[in-house]
Amino acid sequence: MITDKTSPEDFTNKRRGNHKHIKGWGVDINTENDPTYPIKKRNNEEHKGYTWERPDLQEETVEVLKSVERPNLTAVYGTSAPPSGLSGIIRRIAYMFSESSYGRWLPLIIADRINMIEGIADDFSKGRIPNIPKEIGLKSEWKYNREKFLVKVAAGLVITGALLLLIRSSKKKSKATQY
Amino acid sequence: MLAMNYRGPHRVRLDKDKAIPEILHPDDAIVRVLRSCICGSDLHLYHGLVPDTRVGTTFGHEFIGEIVEIGSGVNNVKIGDRVMVPFNIACGKCVFCRQELYGNCHESNPEATAVGGIFGYSHTAGGYDGGQAEYVRVPYANVGPVVIPDWMDPDDAVLLTDVVPTGYQAAEMGGIQPGDTVVVFGAGPIGIMAAKCSWLFGAGRVIIIDHIDYRLEFAEKYAQCEAYNFKSIGDPVVFLKTITDSLGADVCIDAVGCEAAGNIANTITGRQLLLQGGATTALHWAINGVKKGGIVSIVGVYGPIDSLIPIGNVVNKGITIRANQASVKRLLPRLIEHVQSGVLNPKGLITHRIPLEEVAEAYHIFSSKLDNCIKTVLVPPSAG
Repeated sequence: MITDKTSPEDFTNKRRGNHKHIKGWGVDINTENDPTYPIKKRNNEEHKGYTWERPDLQEETVEVLKSVERPNLTAVYGTSAPPSGLSGIIRRIAYMFSESSYGRWLPLIIADRINMIEGIADDFSKGRIPNIPKEIGLKSEWKYNREKFLVKVAAGLVITGALLLLIRSSKKKSKATQY
Repeated sequence: MLAMNYRGPHRVRLDKDKAIPEILHPDDAIVRVLRSCICGSDLHLYHGLVPDTRVGTTFGHEFIGEIVEIGSGVNNVKIGDRVMVPFNIACGKCVFCRQELYGNCHESNPEATAVGGIFGYSHTAGGYDGGQAEYVRVPYANVGPVVIPDWMDPDDAVLLTDVVPTGYQAAEMGGIQPGDTVVVFGAGPIGIMAAKCSWLFGAGRVIIIDHIDYRLEFAEKYAQCEAYNFKSIGDPVVFLKTITDSLGADVCIDAVGCEAAGNIANTITGRQLLLQGGATTALHWAINGVKKGGIVSIVGVYGPIDSLIPIGNVVNKGITIRANQASVKRLLPRLIEHVQSGVLNPKGLITHRIPLEEVAEAYHIFSSKLDNCIKTVLVPPSAG
């Protein structure tokens, strides 16, 4: 299915005017003063608008979120991981905002974090227990960074132990206060 | 097939049962991957800094491979060709591609207009699966893929898909004139290549700044440049002014991007809280370290939201800022010549060759800069 029914004529830039009646218009044009060269081989075709002959359009087989800053899908696009679940709902809302808005990007970061939890839940639902030590590359940490790794583990144990002690002593205190 | 699978920040795994990609468009090709790299910019995805990086996707925008299937509209390459595939997906027909801005194609990324499609680089860059797998779908196969010359080492070829063109374009955008002093921030693979390429444009002096000693030592040898650790030079901007007769560098190149170290406030707001499009420390130093009327070239990757930079100094100093994703397709012919003539030795950057099956370890080694890692190449078992 292809839903895009637009044609290049729909996007012709009709706002370009004839400025030749303005005294001095263009008297200092210097086409060599082009800081974009050689990065850009300027031809100014974009002045016509979004009117080029488009490539064939890819069939729409999955949900693709589209920037509100363009009128249609691009001729090709990736089909990996279509939006789904709670993260998908948030992504759909985020794409209602322009690329210049925090409303677009911050919800996407939140959606990414939720998607991570969804990924773990999805693994469990398929009977797969995520091997997180392997996924974070713990073997190489042990092989190449053992000393710092042990220091980090020791520091973690000390902090956890201290927190547990703190919690236990505060519980005792609150019990003592009750009686 | 085997494929890297992103599971969340700092977590990736190898899947053994991902479906082999199919032709979805007449101009598609399916490529059997022979080599893929982990790019420094992949680490931004790996660290969870790029919005709309979805669990289950496969990263990898630096890869070469053999064409095993083509769509009905493909006639520039054929089955059996070994090709290098530029990291940017470009249609060749839009007004931007027609002006050789292949990194800014308007027909490859529906999700955002500010960036063209990039293989394996989140849905913000088009939602394509990447090349850290055994097979990958390559759209617009008439435009991007370039047949690898018989004489070329595959390890050189894979670095021509991103690292070399990005480093070269960083220097090119600097508008380097003979005798210029060029300062490159970041001694990762791109920064090292930018330093190396600065000589090709006639630089009189090339300086590279980083905070990791083994990388600086590597850069000093590979790019034959001066190398300084910003942790041992005091204020980097004052240091640069001091060693450039108080005026500053002619050209500064930001090859660091959003994960810069060196400034706590920037690190917290840019990397931890994500309130900026990254930590802009290197860009600060570039703007403040370049001379009046100088040029700042940016190839470091930043996120799409606002970033704090000293724009007042840009105005007051009359600085020209030039930036873009590398236009790989435009640059490849020249860069292939440079490899053939021995001017550039891309594979000299490779320090680690790791089986695709150990992709999680590979990411951790590169991300944590273990074992003196500069550049990692992943080799799928089916590559032979």
